[in-house]
Amino acid sequence: MTTATSGRTTVTGAVGTAHTRVEGRDKVTGAARYAGEIPFAGLAHGWLVVSTVARGRILSVETAPVLDMPGVLTVLHHGNAPRLEIDYIGSLGVPPDPTAAVFQNDRVPHAGWPVALVVAETPEQAREAAEALVVTYEREPHDIALTADHPDAYPVDGHMPGVTQKGDLEAELAASAHVVDVEYTTPEEHHGMMEPHAATARWDGGRLEVVDSNQGTSWVADELARMFSLDASVVRVRSEHVGGGFGSKGIRAHQVSAVMAATALQRPVRVVLTRRQMFSLTGYRSPTTQRVRLGADPDGRLRALDHRSLSRTSTVWEFVEPSAGVARVMYDADAHRTANEVVRLDVPSPSWMRGPGEAPGSFALEAALDELAERCGVDPIELRLRNEPGLGPVSGLPFAGRNLAACFREGARRFGWADRDPRPGMRREGRWLLGTGTAAASFPAGALPSTAAVTAEADGTFTVRIAAADIGTGARTALTLVAADALRVTPDRVRVRIGDSDFGPAGIAGGSMGTRSWAWAVTAAAGELRHRLLPGGVVPPEGITVRSDTTAAIGALARKERHSFGAQFAEVAVDVTTGEVRVRRMLGIFAAGRIVNPLTARGQLVGGMIWGISMALHEEAVRDGASGGLYGPDLAGYHVATHADVPAVEADWVDDPDPDDPVGIKGIGEVGIVGAAAAVANAVWHATGVRHRSLPIRPDRVLEAGGPRV
Amino acid sequence: MREFDYRRADDVPGAVALLGADPEARYLGGGTNLVDLMKTGVERPARLVDVRALPLNRIEPTDDGGLRIGATVTNSDLAAHSGIRHRYPALTQAVLAGASGQLRNMATVGGNLLQRTRCGYFTDLTQPCNKRAPGSGCPAVRGEHHNHAVLGASDHCVAVHPSDMGVALTAFDAVVSYETADGPGELPLAGFYLPVGDTPHRETALPPGALITGVTLPPVPVAARSRYRKVRERASYAFAIGSVAAALDVSGGVVRDARLAFGAVASRPWRAHAAERVLTGAPATAEYFAAAADAELAAARPLPDNGYKVTLMRNLVVAVLSELAEEAAR
Repeated sequence: MTTATSGRTTVTGAVGTAHTRVEGRDKVTGAARYAGEIPFAGLAHGWLVVSTVARGRILSVETAPVLDMPGVLTVLHHGNAPRLEIDYIGSLGVPPDPTAAVFQNDRVPHAGWPVALVVAETPEQAREAAEALVVTYEREPHDIALTADHPDAYPVDGHMPGVTQKGDLEAELAASAHVVDVEYTTPEEHHGMMEPHAATARWDGGRLEVVDSNQGTSWVADELARMFSLDASVVRVRSEHVGGGFGSKGIRAHQVSAVMAATALQRPVRVVLTRRQMFSLTGYRSPTTQRVRLGADPDGRLRALDHRSLSRTSTVWEFVEPSAGVARVMYDADAHRTANEVVRLDVPSPSWMRGPGEAPGSFALEAALDELAERCGVDPIELRLRNEPGLGPVSGLPFAGRNLAACFREGARRFGWADRDPRPGMRREGRWLLGTGTAAASFPAGALPSTAAVTAEADGTFTVRIAAADIGTGARTALTLVAADALRVTPDRVRVRIGDSDFGPAGIAGGSMGTRSWAWAVTAAAGELRHRLLPGGVVPPEGITVRSDTTAAIGALARKERHSFGAQFAEVAVDVTTGEVRVRRMLGIFAAGRIVNPLTARGQLVGGMIWGISMALHEEAVRDGASGGLYGPDLAGYHVATHADVPAVEADWVDDPDPDDPVGIKGIGEVGIVGAAAAVANAVWHATGVRHRSLPIRPDRVLEAGGPRV
Repeated sequence: MREFDYRRADDVPGAVALLGADPEARYLGGGTNLVDLMKTGVERPARLVDVRALPLNRIEPTDDGGLRIGATVTNSDLAAHSGIRHRYPALTQAVLAGASGQLRNMATVGGNLLQRTRCGYFTDLTQPCNKRAPGSGCPAVRGEHHNHAVLGASDHCVAVHPSDMGVALTAFDAVVSYETADGPGELPLAGFYLPVGDTPHRETALPPGALITGVTLPPVPVAARSRYRKVRERASYAFAIGSVAAALDVSGGVVRDARLAFGAVASRPWRAHAAERVLTGAPATAEYFAAAADAELAAARPLPDNGYKVTLMRNLVVAVLSELAEEAAR
């Protein structure tokens, strides 16, 4: 893999220069401890038992034989577990997923639902007893099939309206010179982060302490306090190192069951999820069925845009994969309709995963644009430039920076787009047909209110405390650079402590908002501290601490369309005799605000693009109709891209500082995946002349779709 | 805690004696499959007899000009062996197409032949599976089966054998040697795996308690011009959805000798005898290669979602044989 940068962002200090991770040495030497491996005296181990039926009722939990097994301390289940409070709206604006609020009743709403926790002296004893625990069920018929015409589909307002509509769609379609009316599908996809969910709960001096792996300690602490009806000040959640989150590491069954057990036994209890349990207990991306209708004038200008996305959710929690939302940002049309609908089925609760909405939505919309470009005989980039909106297509609000065209121009130049023959199925190299494709990317740029404390120590160093989460992104390092610049000192004088809810409320590592949200709070506190430090003044032994809270500042932001953008390019090779598709190179050029640390930023953007390759070609969780469970739910059966699938992937950016952000940040966590799968799929069409509208583009699907036009 | 007895054997008779007639005991080679199955509970042996220290880790020439491969030779050593690379190149290619470098350093030749299917129903204790729990049913027939068998399967089981190495060995008429308490024995690989029928849990013809001691490759001159092609759903670290081991001797535009075996289409590495019969003496052209593939695949009984495998295998046979023929013509 090679990368190179044009690096035009103005460099005034540490921000904008490449720095290796401040905790990198600890991580590569193993000194960094993860949640499942931090020692505690008197630790007991819990092992979850999950349902083997997809719908029904628990008739009995045969605890007696298991309690007689060696080392077993207790078995928690709906018959003896404490009642939890789940009737509340959490800090993310949604009620808790009952999958996390374990053992509250005898209902089983999906396969892999948590039904009991066996606690023992060792993990091996707990596991053996958990596997021996007999649970009997009254089985009920289940429905897991998502179909485009499912009668129970309904629109849902998630973090955006369910439906938007303007103009007369049918009239504009009828008046269009070119119409594309196509259906796309994406499969069930899973986060698949390396580190499994793990938590240790203990009561210590009247406080509940949970050592966890999560994307927001103050978020998880708040949820636990509400569920267990505890005063918020009683709960402390720590999460120092996190081996990947991707949207999955929030409040889950492992923390809640660990707290229950630690309370019942009055000793520390650890619960670690197995890889298989993660596939049913920690969220995933719902499959989607998306219909896109585009109507355009002969020159490609859109008259009509209709994007309807159908996803599924569980019967216990309403979550919508808002795939049609991307059309509200990207393209305008005289008649414009978008709808995000769901069906409730007997499946695990989906949740946020790697660019929720935009990732699958951009596959459908950007592939449809490519089909329209073919119909109109207009270059795919030119088609997009002709349809660049001046204002938010639905909101009517101005954009706070929309440098998509710059991304396409720079990307086209570096990718060699100008030399491209638009005709499909024309390039052959041995057994491989070659093709190139492009797609646009966008992801919302937001900020969450956060608090931070910055201390000037007596020894001339500085300590930053903020309940941020570094889920592998390099956030700890980025905040070190941000603080150093705000304090006008070198980064080696700054120590950043994160991952502790006792540091006060802070936004989550999610929605591509983490670094921006925390950097804002750190900048505010550090800036004020710098002014307080008198030249030649003496810092007392306890140091001088300044706190910040960005709630008011973020609340005062003018309403605008705020997004990161990008242009994705892919070259693929397709062996039409075997159906194998291989990506040969990818280029992504992004306009994503000021880049704090080019080294780790590139890692995130390239990582996102690799997610996109994986989404386009590999990832697919297959649900077994008869059992309602997953087929092969492990990392051998669920394929993610390997190194060999990822050749030359290059990410770079254009200058795009956000004028409304103190540091100029927008957010880079997720925009890298957006449009990547569409670019690959469009390249497969260009190689073969066949449109693949269902992901992943597996060899069998390429073979069944027939050969190329050559 | 699930406990088991672990013994390390120093010699072959000792290993056989340690296992005894205990159906709950297993030989442990590299452990790259057995240990995984123990973790998931598919295998629950009461005793493991570790055979990795046995003096079976050599590859030696046989009197008739073949090669005898010890059972504990690792996949890495097998692939790197000069005699294998030059005289049976498809075998090296097949081994290197499987697993990862780390796994190949651990996995043994004997264990490779005895590895279990990766069918997702077989590896999931909450599911029925006739191979794991005889008589419980086969959910794959009506469930997920896009990578299941199209040849030689039955209603009782449609799982495929996962080995790449075994496909090349099958093409080259390898013979498996084993030891039992009653003495040594041999099984040609062609008869090593039992037909599925209604007993998919009975996978090999090895007598109870038998320890594989080695695999013998006879001299196969045509194998020097051989190739292994594996198709999978990602570029590395995935089991095949179809593979071909092929060897071709062409002279004067006519096929003088041919070897052909398929992987990922049946419960065992599939020797394509019908195809070989069509090929031998036929013109070395794509038309005849396709006819050979069709002759073999006439017996295919695809399920609703794996019919592509018939197309895939036909295309693979034509592609690989054509490449070999072109090289022969140079």
